[in-house]
Amino acid sequence: MLNKTERQKEQILRMSGVNPLKCMRCGKCSGTCPSYDEMEYHPHQFVYMVETGDIETLRNSDSIYKCLSCFACVDRCPRGVEPAKIVEAVRLTVIREKGVSRITPNEIPALLDDETPQQLLMSAMRKYNK
Amino acid sequence: MKVSYFPGCTLRTKAKDLDNYARKCAEILGVELCEIKDWQCCGGAFVSAKDEVASKLSSVRALAAARDAGQPLVTVCSACHNVIKQTNDAMQNDEEFAAKANLYMSQDKDPSEAYNGETEVYHYLELLRDVVGFDKIKEAVKNPLTGKKIAAYYGCMLLRPGKVMNFDDPENPTIIEDFIRALGAEPVIYPARNECCGGYVILEDAKSAEKKSNKVSESAANHGAEIIVTACPLCKYNLEKNGSSVPVVYFTELLAEALGVKEDTDAE
Ligand code: SF4
Ligand code: SF4
Repeated sequence: MLNKTERQKEQILRMSGVNPLKCMRCGKCSGTCPSYDEMEYHPHQFVYMVETGDIETLRNSDSIYKCLSCFACVDRCPRGVEPAKIVEAVRLTVIREKGVSRITPNEIPALLDDETPQQLLMSAMRKYNK
Repeated sequence: MKVSYFPGCTLRTKAKDLDNYARKCAEILGVELCEIKDWQCCGGAFVSAKDEVASKLSSVRALAAARDAGQPLVTVCSACHNVIKQTNDAMQNDEEFAAKANLYMSQDKDPSEAYNGETEVYHYLELLRDVVGFDKIKEAVKNPLTGKKIAAYYGCMLLRPGKVMNFDDPENPTIIEDFIRALGAEPVIYPARNECCGGYVILEDAKSAEKKSNKVSESAANHGAEIIVTACPLCKYNLEKNGSSVPVVYFTELLAEALGVKEDTDAE
């Protein structure tokens, strides 16, 4: 039987389709990441920490919310690892749990102004709620 | 030529300009945009997880409707385009995902036949480049934007992931610059043109979004841009909200201006 960490790892790899063993830890993904300064753990660390099973640390870090989904790390990784997909998968394992939405619908009105595009609300629902 | 058209939620509300100019200009250029009946919002962001199915069905329905009409599917908003194109790729290349999505779809009232990625998806700019042709646009220009220095802002969603979007070279794109030249203006090349403005995190971390968008607008300003042009309502909002010193306009507005139909469209 797999333990909890092994199950989580398997789930994250399945959801993301990422093979962390392809990573050569060059750090190019993190070097190009526009949210580098906001992140406690950087894209290359997500790849490595999922591989080694240090998943709770990532789940408990705000880094999962700092990714912009800009896919720069995906396009610029020389090994085709696609780190953004692993960041998203870790975040989903958190927000899919009951009661762990990052932003709830009743918090949203206070964050809006007259020009806020619908697109932003829709994507916030995807990124912060299940 | 007739094409299926997916306007998306933002073009129906906060970005009506982007939509109105797109429709008017298409008419002039001989393309009929046939709006998909009962389209549903794309969701604004493609969830890359393979097990996320239900949230992608609105895109699959639009793609299947275009297939059934025998037409390519055209989008204008960068986000809709990104979501629909990535969903189409998943329908073509991820059998397990496609099987699940088709199973859901078979429960729809009046279900379409199983969809497997048959539809060709064009962004409006690709339609201009590949179907209409920039030469033809050049000929159709009535008010050339001579002397205007315009910065193309690609951002992330039109270009990446590059192997799926297949829009242009993600590190050295030229399509919007070629578009700007066709309108008689002068493109400004600046380093941040294909970097992300951070729009997605505005609600969660406004500071982070401000930092990223300022980097883009300052880069354009420092290279002498008088106008920043975009296809994305979220980029426009983010750059403006954070005080871009350079005005940000939709590419369809520039097109309408150059084709001499801007006032007519505004009056309608
Ligand atoms: S760029 Fe690719 S290979 Fe290099 S560290 Fe990041 S994921 Fe690993
Ligand atoms: S997709 Fe996320 S992790 Fe990757 S470069 Fe962009 S912000 Fe960084």
